[in-house]
Amino acid sequence: MRVVITGYGVYSCIGKNVGEVTNSLREGKSGIGLDLARREFGYRSCLTGIVTEPDLKADLPRRARLGMSEEAKYAYVSTKEALNMAGISQEYLDANRAGILFGNDSTAGAVVEAVDTIRAKKDTMLVGSGSIFQSMNSTVNMNLATIFKLRGINFTISAACASGSHAIGVGYHLIKSGLEDMIICGGAQEVNMYAFGSFDGLGVFSTREEDPAKSSRPFDQGRDGLVTSGGAATVVIESLESAQRRGATILGEVTGYGFSSNGDHISNPDTAGQVDSISRALKMAEVKPEQIDYVNAHATSTPKGDMFEAQAIFDVFGGKTPVSSTKSMTGHECWMAGASEIVYSMIMMKNGFIAPNINFENPDEVSRNLNIIAESKNAELNMIASNSFGFGGTNSTLIIKKYE
Amino acid sequence: MAVRIQPLLLRNMSREEVVETVNGFLAEEFEVEVEALDPNGVLHETLDLDSLDYVDLVVVIESHFGFKVTGEDFKSISTLNDFYDFIVNKHEHA
Repeated sequence: MRVVITGYGVYSCIGKNVGEVTNSLREGKSGIGLDLARREFGYRSCLTGIVTEPDLKADLPRRARLGMSEEAKYAYVSTKEALNMAGISQEYLDANRAGILFGNDSTAGAVVEAVDTIRAKKDTMLVGSGSIFQSMNSTVNMNLATIFKLRGINFTISAACASGSHAIGVGYHLIKSGLEDMIICGGAQEVNMYAFGSFDGLGVFSTREEDPAKSSRPFDQGRDGLVTSGGAATVVIESLESAQRRGATILGEVTGYGFSSNGDHISNPDTAGQVDSISRALKMAEVKPEQIDYVNAHATSTPKGDMFEAQAIFDVFGGKTPVSSTKSMTGHECWMAGASEIVYSMIMMKNGFIAPNINFENPDEVSRNLNIIAESKNAELNMIASNSFGFGGTNSTLIIKKYE
Repeated sequence: MAVRIQPLLLRNMSREEVVETVNGFLAEEFEVEVEALDPNGVLHETLDLDSLDYVDLVVVIESHFGFKVTGEDFKSISTLNDFYDFIVNKHEHA
């Protein structure tokens, strides 16, 4: 069974919809800024992607909104856009089975807010009825499945910074094996300051606060850490038969999903595990490394992480394949990144360009071996690979092909 | 359960003022028009309350008047008028 992409949507620090994001990617526009409240809270770094919470009052009734966490609101917006692009109406969803698999790995904002209220009031009931649905890790799934009245597979995938990628990969397999016809896949990430305090505490965030747009600089010799961001991205995947039956415009085809676990350190990356993930994806897609026209790297701008991935990419692809990390513009969208970077790659494929790895000014001893695209470049992309790696050593690689 | 009244909030309110205050937060919280709040209407029908909504009703009352309504209290409340009376009654016993 072939699995195709018929719609996608995104809400991020570089744009609130596909149109805005397309312009930002083409122009190499950074979405990074400062949240000065983080200083007083105890953060080392105030750098963050700037994402504003959507107001859904005109879109959804009170009961639907009450249970929505910050990340669920982002995911509603990106999913609505993706369904619209796919030509899927509510009437269609009412009459046909569709599933939902989202990547998410925290709901810190909702949990902290609830606990603060309970501590202050000394009464659990006074957190209100929506709190539980905001606080559970499956918040995006439970809210969107209810709002869009979905009746297929419905669960959340938590795999650290590879969550969104695994969500698409697992969805791909469920459709490929004939268990589902259509699945709304994606990833979501809260941006509030409660979400990243302990991550900042590891000392891995960039502190280049004097020039936020320059702070996220994957593969550059002068990189000093990552910058977190968030929002949501949605990718509608379905069987080729389903898409053809609906007369949908087919935007791309998922042909490979490679995965592996490093089986080693909880936070250190591992080239061998990454190579395994990429190689398995290529094998599943039945393609050779040289057939890949572009690699969307995981590279988050940490000194160590980027070096390990640069080595893994070089080991598999050699030094000719164009590579960029869109995190140079978006920052690290964590649980959402694996899904958003498929959306970014789909945008590049559709519009015939490679989004730049901005701030790549000087290579280090490993990244100098790669063909890193530092300026926006027109290119025909027929096949792309996208890497996502996470804490605990979880690795995921997706391969997307232009539909023929 | 012990009732925690904030006397300053309620003590100086007339019934009309209580009704006005309650209608204001009900309209806001449950997204209904103030005009739709018929005093003789059934509370859960007027506000379209489901089982989860009662929790939020408890929350808005607590945040506006400083006391908590219990499930037992709701048994004696059918119409909006009953609801106003319940609150005014708390006021008189504050």
